[in-house]
Amino acid sequence: MILLAQAIPQIPWAALSPELALFGVGILVLLLETAGDRRVAASAAVAGLLSGGGLLAIVQLDQVILPALVILAALTQLALTYVWQRRPRVLSALLSALGLLATMGLVAWQWVVVSDGGLVQPQSVLADMVAVDGVALFTRVIVCSAALITIPLGWMYLEDRRVHRAEYYPLLLFSAVGMNLLASSADLIMVFIAVEVLSLGLYVMSGFATRDLTSQESAFKYFLLGAFSSAILLYGIALTYGVTGSTNIAEAGRALTLAGGSALTLAAMGLLLVGFAFKTALVPFHMWTPDVYQGAPTPVTGFMAAGTKAAAFAAFIRVFVGAFAPLEWSWVPVIWTLAVITMLGGAILAVVQTDVKRMLGYSAIAHAGYAAIGLLSVNAAGVGGMLFYLLVYAMMSVGAFGVLSLIERRQQRAVQIADLRGLWRRNPVPTIMLGLFLFSLAGIPGTAGFMAKLAVFRAGLQADQVALVIVAVISSVIAAFFYLRVTVAMIIEDEPDDLAREAPAVLTIGAQAGLALTAAAVVVLGVIPGAVVELSASAASLVR
Amino acid sequence: MSGVPIGWYIALSAVLFTTGLVGVLVRRSVVVMFMCIELMLNSVNLALITFSRLHGNLDGQVLSFFVIVVAAAEVTVGLALIVNMFRLMGSTDADHADRLRS
Repeated sequence: MILLAQAIPQIPWAALSPELALFGVGILVLLLETAGDRRVAASAAVAGLLSGGGLLAIVQLDQVILPALVILAALTQLALTYVWQRRPRVLSALLSALGLLATMGLVAWQWVVVSDGGLVQPQSVLADMVAVDGVALFTRVIVCSAALITIPLGWMYLEDRRVHRAEYYPLLLFSAVGMNLLASSADLIMVFIAVEVLSLGLYVMSGFATRDLTSQESAFKYFLLGAFSSAILLYGIALTYGVTGSTNIAEAGRALTLAGGSALTLAAMGLLLVGFAFKTALVPFHMWTPDVYQGAPTPVTGFMAAGTKAAAFAAFIRVFVGAFAPLEWSWVPVIWTLAVITMLGGAILAVVQTDVKRMLGYSAIAHAGYAAIGLLSVNAAGVGGMLFYLLVYAMMSVGAFGVLSLIERRQQRAVQIADLRGLWRRNPVPTIMLGLFLFSLAGIPGTAGFMAKLAVFRAGLQADQVALVIVAVISSVIAAFFYLRVTVAMIIEDEPDDLAREAPAVLTIGAQAGLALTAAAVVVLGVIPGAVVELSASAASLVR
Repeated sequence: MSGVPIGWYIALSAVLFTTGLVGVLVRRSVVVMFMCIELMLNSVNLALITFSRLHGNLDGQVLSFFVIVVAAAEVTVGLALIVNMFRLMGSTDADHADRLRS
């Protein structure tokens, strides 16, 4: 028995608990959907198994709190399954939302455990595969809250399009797991696997409307370019391993300090850079973004924009500020150039768009450029600013796409800017909400978007990136134009007759709650951002 | 690694990778583009195993197993998407998928 205990490696369950919980809930939702009419029996079996294990743990291991929580979760899912046994979609959505809430609770608990006098103490577990540091924990919060708000906001959209199928919620949870893992991967092997886990879920979710040609086309383009960029990223990983002899990010960094910049190192770094630039949609590797954002089901677009961006930037910063810090002279100018053309290109191309989702897609590109300022600062203020930016961007984009999915529902088709004319007359609440999110995206003072821009710009100025900040301000001014154009169309212009005859958008309780949450986040973070900014600053710790 | 020097393996892997890369950019048939991506992944496997041999540790080989698994998962999702697209459009030409460029 003792020998066996030595042979089994110590697994840090606590550090992995957010991913494990989320993944477990995903499997449970999938199981209950597969069980069909026998879902109560399946749920009872799961509850019995978990409770039995929990009781055994209480008796054998003298631990009470954790097994008790497991038993509580097991019984909760059984009760919910029993109550909602005739409404499987409600059940799936409820369980998924509860799972995401539980995951956020676990992240908060971990934060308390690892934080020491403010700054989060970085540590890596599981043979240095998984990092438990501020960047990982903060990004998990961003991803989980984006997924959580996506569930109620997308509900009626999926119902109306008749694409509310069983796989949706497990896929959402699995790609959230992938995003969480990507944010916390301290090893290049983990980076690759996490990228694939999150992408595979999102490919299917983008093509969720199987009869809709635009959705299929978006899924298909996302898949082809996603797989292509993964292959490039992977070759970069292989070459990094070749140069340094290790796939661990921290160890590779130490080896690079000694090795310096050989041709092979620069090739490895270039390939990794292209791979990450694809994932974070920096110009000129952005071409998939507008197509995918436009074609994918609107709630999926919101989640994809928020979650992927947060997770990919977390990994980007971990690999480049972590491993390639010794070679800062070589990659900072390259990313600098990419950031400048991203900010300007995204904003300028957005001006000429007529489709609202496509316009928001280009605006997402410009926002990736602003977030890159945090990366380019290569200091703690930059990392903290970037994390805060990504949180605010997640709230704004989930909210904006959520409102769009409500309005699209009214028209049963994609929304052009012309379709929004006079929206104010018949849909005052969605109009105010969309206006708020657009103002925040534009960075009008008093909204969260302004505070987020301020945070990254300040970090950029601290790092002497004055030119970059000036370009960002110019880009923001250009961007303000098209956000305001939509707002003007909604409030000032007259409603065309054919649109005036349509019924106003229906706001379900879930949609109201989701919109209220995101709007509250945008307003509160815009007026009193202090606490969250401090939190993001204390999260600016990386495993080295 | 007697006989063939390590550089040759890396060169072969680079040639395969470039073939795949150019193939994705040049060819317009979706299935061929997809095959080119698989070629890129396999060239990575070759590079990983060579480096693993060079450094005398197993990190690279472990990663190459994961790459094989992920490639299989990608085929499942990718072929499903391609088949569905062929049903809807009657073509697997990437240039025909231009509905979104408005």
